[in-house]
Amino acid sequence: MMKGLKKWRLFSLLAALTVFLAGCGQEELSTLLPAGQVGKDQFKLLMLSSGIMLFVIVAVMVIYLIAIVRFRRSKLGEDHIPEQVEGSHTLELVWTVIPVLLVLLLAVPTVYYTYKFSNVTAMDVVDEEGNAENLVVDVTAKLYWWEFEYPNLGIVTAQELVVPTDEKVYFNLIAADVKHSFWIPAIGGKLDTNVENVNKFYLTFDKESKDLKDGVFYGKCAELCGPSHALMDFKVKTLPRAEFDKWVTAMKATGEETTDVAAAGQGEELFQQSCIGCHATSAVGESGAVGPNLASFGDRNRIAGFMDHDQESLVEWLSDTQEHKPGNLMPSFGEQLSDEELNAIAEYLMSLSVEK
Amino acid sequence: MSSVAQKRGFGATLWDWLTTVDHKKIGILYLLGGGFFFIVGGIEAMIIRLQLLTPNNDLVSAGIFNQMITMHGTTMIFLAAMPILIGFMNAIMPLQIGARDVAFPFLNSLGFWMFMFGGIFLNLSWFFGQVPDAGWTSYASLALVSEGHGVDFYAIGLQIAGGGTLMGGINFLVTIINMRAPGMTYMRMPLFTWTTFVASAMILFAFPPLTVGLFLLTFERMFGGNFFDHTMGGNTIIWEHIFWIFGHPEVYILILPAFGIFSEIFSIFSRKRLFGYSAMVFATVLIGFLGFMVWAHHMFTVGLGPTANAIFSVATMAIAIPTGVKIFNWLLTMWGGSIKITTPMLWALGFIPTFVMGGVTGVMLGTAPLDYQLHDTYFVVAHFHYVIVGGTVFGILAGLHLYWPKMFGTLLNEMLGKVTFWFFFIGFHLTFLIQHWLGFWGMPRRVFTYMDGQGWNSSNLISTVGALFMAIGITVLVYNIIVTSVKNVRVANDPWGDGRTLEWAIESPPLYYNFAQTPLVRGLDTVYIEKMEGNASGLTPAEPVQDIHMPNGSFIPFMMSLGLFIAGFGAMYRAEESWGLPVLIFGLLWTFIAMAMRSLKDDLGYYVKKDEILRDMKRKGGQK
Repeated sequence: MMKGLKKWRLFSLLAALTVFLAGCGQEELSTLLPAGQVGKDQFKLLMLSSGIMLFVIVAVMVIYLIAIVRFRRSKLGEDHIPEQVEGSHTLELVWTVIPVLLVLLLAVPTVYYTYKFSNVTAMDVVDEEGNAENLVVDVTAKLYWWEFEYPNLGIVTAQELVVPTDEKVYFNLIAADVKHSFWIPAIGGKLDTNVENVNKFYLTFDKESKDLKDGVFYGKCAELCGPSHALMDFKVKTLPRAEFDKWVTAMKATGEETTDVAAAGQGEELFQQSCIGCHATSAVGESGAVGPNLASFGDRNRIAGFMDHDQESLVEWLSDTQEHKPGNLMPSFGEQLSDEELNAIAEYLMSLSVEK
Repeated sequence: MSSVAQKRGFGATLWDWLTTVDHKKIGILYLLGGGFFFIVGGIEAMIIRLQLLTPNNDLVSAGIFNQMITMHGTTMIFLAAMPILIGFMNAIMPLQIGARDVAFPFLNSLGFWMFMFGGIFLNLSWFFGQVPDAGWTSYASLALVSEGHGVDFYAIGLQIAGGGTLMGGINFLVTIINMRAPGMTYMRMPLFTWTTFVASAMILFAFPPLTVGLFLLTFERMFGGNFFDHTMGGNTIIWEHIFWIFGHPEVYILILPAFGIFSEIFSIFSRKRLFGYSAMVFATVLIGFLGFMVWAHHMFTVGLGPTANAIFSVATMAIAIPTGVKIFNWLLTMWGGSIKITTPMLWALGFIPTFVMGGVTGVMLGTAPLDYQLHDTYFVVAHFHYVIVGGTVFGILAGLHLYWPKMFGTLLNEMLGKVTFWFFFIGFHLTFLIQHWLGFWGMPRRVFTYMDGQGWNSSNLISTVGALFMAIGITVLVYNIIVTSVKNVRVANDPWGDGRTLEWAIESPPLYYNFAQTPLVRGLDTVYIEKMEGNASGLTPAEPVQDIHMPNGSFIPFMMSLGLFIAGFGAMYRAEESWGLPVLIFGLLWTFIAMAMRSLKDDLGYYVKKDEILRDMKRKGGQK
């Protein structure tokens, strides 16, 4: 029995080790491979706290295992009556003071980082000409999609956040319907989007996203918000400052395009008839739209935040939105429009690009 | 009222259980009710895990999945873990302090029936097809827009059940303060009685906020109260505060009685006095106190600001210190003892590493800046299952095996008990260890499915396999209970042979008046002291054999709870059905009439005659 137990212990140790070595997850969404200063600081805290905690676990387990092995009744005999020890003040003091020290060791950086991460004083700083010095993004979380407005640049986009690398990006967060939570695991911790107040924080993006598997970081909604909470993903594209500026210029240009009805294809015509009520194709404007802004739809990585980005999936999505994302507010068009018409719209949407 | 076993008809037996005010029978009722809901919650858990077995699974729809997680959490916390623990408190605590019943037997019965009717009310939502789906925390913004009557079932069902729990808490407090046997000073009380005392005090302070919160939610949803609707001047964050001001103490209400059970077990099966008894008592009280000071650590990401987050962060870490004191005192209780590994001891031994792991991840979550990453991920799911299953459920299963002979007079099969342990223990770690990493890897909690290609597939598979192991363990336990009950081999006063406290010196199960003579308590572990001094019975009487006053059974608690149950449906359908308002009034009237009957009709109880007690003593060979 004992031998079997020992073997089992060894096995479980190995199993635990395997889990440890199983890796750090995937670059685009793992907190263990942080790609931003906030996430890196949090990772440091994770390592520090894990270290302290492993020490505690080991200390407990050593005493525990020795006690179980040494003081078994099968060894000591059925009639053995142990000494009835009342306790020990020295020992009580030892296992009070040491944990106090360990907690202090953790508490100091905790307080430091708590204040550091909440520091958004630079958010409203302007230069001599009155232009904001830092990039600010207003995030509005809506039932299963995300709207990103750049108030100082006068543009708005949805579902795919585009940000420059190597500088602080400040966020204003709010929800339009129920509470959600804004989280980009690989970049830094989350902050809730409440319905009644704006929450502010900052993140930095240290790595270009184009080398990642899908060319984007993954963003998640982290607060239960209804049936499709699990599907409320967004993506983050990080660009060097110069490319970001180019992107901004291209986004602004979408506001100048006017639809030449005569020259428009069938897809665009249909879009103007039935989709334009909720979806804008101009990126110039403010947040508050009924549906996601589609100005840069063709550049995006996913449809509806999670489906493959191709025409086939788009037609599928348009024809039955409830099937794919239950509880979302977009009507299904499968019965109103023919396959041919849906395909035409899909083709048009795929052509909406500011990068190509 | 003779204790001599008589063959009675089914009707008479049923009537006896419906009207009983005997703490031992109410303890068994709690165990049955809680056990039933534990199975229901377990089935919900299995459906959750099966849905997450593979990416893009469609075993259940998104809506039904949210109902499952909501009902799993709510059922396990309010209808399984707490009632089962209250069942142990009922069955054991009065015996430990040498009392003949709790202070208010009628109230005790009322508490049980309110819990039962509240639980049934909540679970009837499945039959109405309108199930709570806003999570067990039922955060206001989502709970307000939840369609159908799901969240109403939650609010009213928990209101009724919560009232019952509050009564239980007050009852235990009064019992422990007033009904201890001569010589049973506070610092001689067994640890399970101490933890019952502290947990009851916490119930007294934690449940009123829940009551208020649920009333506000009920009024908001049913009568347009606008407490939380921010477009009407309300505030949803207020709900989060109210809920967690209740919710955090609640987790300590769940864990402290389990700590008590483990303290008894370590002491009994190490054949040694609990190491550092006074430090243990102090740590228990301190945990109870600090438990009220840390609720906002559930809300670090709400945006309360750095000062609030820092303060609650440090306060949370402070709880680790008394908890650590407890762990080390348990270890030192074993150290130098004579350890016998029975099934209860096996659960206790499994508890130490499991709970320590759950505890340390709690400190990690309490580190606010790190919590920004971990909050609402699978890391949190792993953490709270390590403490609630590894602490409370292990404690319940340990207590079940330990106290089964005291409650039912027969010993659960030890071999099957160990089979249950190993399946459950291994299954538990398979299920939840890997979930820490799922959290690190970016998987949010409460997701009904996940996309392929995020690196979560095999971990979720492992997790589901582990859950199946746990289900097998529980199935073996149910089989064990059935087989043991059928065989019904009777056991003596102290089947474990090393009992140290008063409950082990009387019959298994005890006679309905518990102690023929109230015992005199001469120290901590009084029965152990007596036996070491050669008193084989373990008891020294503090009074001569005399008539014992006992309370009469009553059907009124059942009727009062039934009235509230009926009124709940009326309140829910008041706005849309013409019968709603009359039913609401009818149900409340029903309850008030039952209350009036209780107030107007004198019920003086009855006396157990001295002759009968002497007869029992003779027949049983005397308990002295």
